[in-house]
Amino acid sequence: MFRFRLDGSSGVPPYLQLVHQVRQSLLLGYLREGDRLPTVKDVASDLVINPNTVVKAYRQLEHEGLAGGRPGQGTFITASSFAVEPESNQALRASLEEWLRTAEEAGMSEEAVTALIAVARHDMRKEKV
Amino acid sequence: MAHDDAGGSAPALRADRLGRRYGQVWGLRDCTLEVPAGAIVGLVGPNGAGKTTLLEMIIGLLEPTEGQVSVFGAAAHAHMAARLARVSYVAQDHPLYRDFSVADMFRLGRAMNPSWDHGMAQARMDTLGIPPKRKVKTLSGGQQAQVSLTMALAKRTPLLVLDEPVSSLDPVARLEFMRDVMASAVGTGLTVIIASHVVSELERLCDWLIVLTGGHVRLAGPVDDLLAAHRLLTVPRPTSDAELPGLTIHRTDSDRHSTVLVRADAARLQALGRPGWQADPVGFEQLVMAYLQRSPQTAAADDTAAAAAQPRPLAKEVTR
Repeated sequence: MFRFRLDGSSGVPPYLQLVHQVRQSLLLGYLREGDRLPTVKDVASDLVINPNTVVKAYRQLEHEGLAGGRPGQGTFITASSFAVEPESNQALRASLEEWLRTAEEAGMSEEAVTALIAVARHDMRKEKV
Repeated sequence: MAHDDAGGSAPALRADRLGRRYGQVWGLRDCTLEVPAGAIVGLVGPNGAGKTTLLEMIIGLLEPTEGQVSVFGAAAHAHMAARLARVSYVAQDHPLYRDFSVADMFRLGRAMNPSWDHGMAQARMDTLGIPPKRKVKTLSGGQQAQVSLTMALAKRTPLLVLDEPVSSLDPVARLEFMRDVMASAVGTGLTVIIASHVVSELERLCDWLIVLTGGHVRLAGPVDDLLAAHRLLTVPRPTSDAELPGLTIHRTDSDRHSTVLVRADAARLQALGRPGWQADPVGFEQLVMAYLQRSPQTAAADDTAAAAAQPRPLAKEVTR
């Protein structure tokens, strides 16, 4: 069963943190269509969080078309995962980690890495045009 | 106007110019609020701000000097038994009879409350691993707090009032206590008011906020609305408060720029786009701290000015 986390120091409102986690998990393939999300009561008691906040997050997910409530059964993921196959996801991640290590050894800061990725992506988009 | 006794559509809490004087000093004054049923309310303020005065008038322990307060549509001066059936209360020191066993406490609760849920009270003790035969004085602080909370929940009232119930507890016991409060609010429509000093914990617990300082309500409303009505502005120095859109709540000046937390309506916040200005959303803790740090004198002057100016500028704002 999917489990939420809450980062108290992030400054992001709790309900948005829950929404982001579902979106992210869909991107990474941890959540797939048909998966059931934990009940409002489970999330409220697991995270020690206002149940109204969980309800609000689930409503937002429904609004975005990512999840839907089935009466008496709970809330389910309705969007198909936007992720690639788990195997290629794993391979991509491994090569990315290796690249990040090389960058770190070369003395690149985290900020510089992010900037470099943004620039590279920008140039790739230009090439496609 | 909903004033039905069942309280179906009435707000959980309505205070109208509520005030209480102790001798020459007002403990609370001009308190006007309306909290919807099902809200979980954080009540914040420094010591002596009037939190306990407000809570005690809500639960009917204290008579208002002026104004009125009603709970689910029933006024405070209504029959005491009717009030007690709507509200349960956990006080700071969770008072229990120290020589009683847990089972004795529950027997007392059952005798005094027609809606007492004995099965729930016993089940909670099982889950918590507290033997009913144990005397209250032999329990840890966390366990005593849990017994108090169980007594409050077993009354099955639609409003639960917690006056700093966890200030004496260690972090783990505090978390366990609040976990049970949150779980109790699921699907029951329970309205909860939590007075607390631990602002950082309140963000995840409450969706409604009341800030009291100097015996006056300085800020009250749904948390989302309050956050949306404030911005953190970074502006070049010197920029006077008069040039800022809305009311300055808190201001920090550095050499080159000032950081100002302002309150304004949506239309004015939209029109913030001045070169060199930056507007950022405000976090929950930041908002509460800004109001707590504002001196009661400044706050009182601003509130008076806002009240006096309200009808005209508001109308202008709408047509702009």
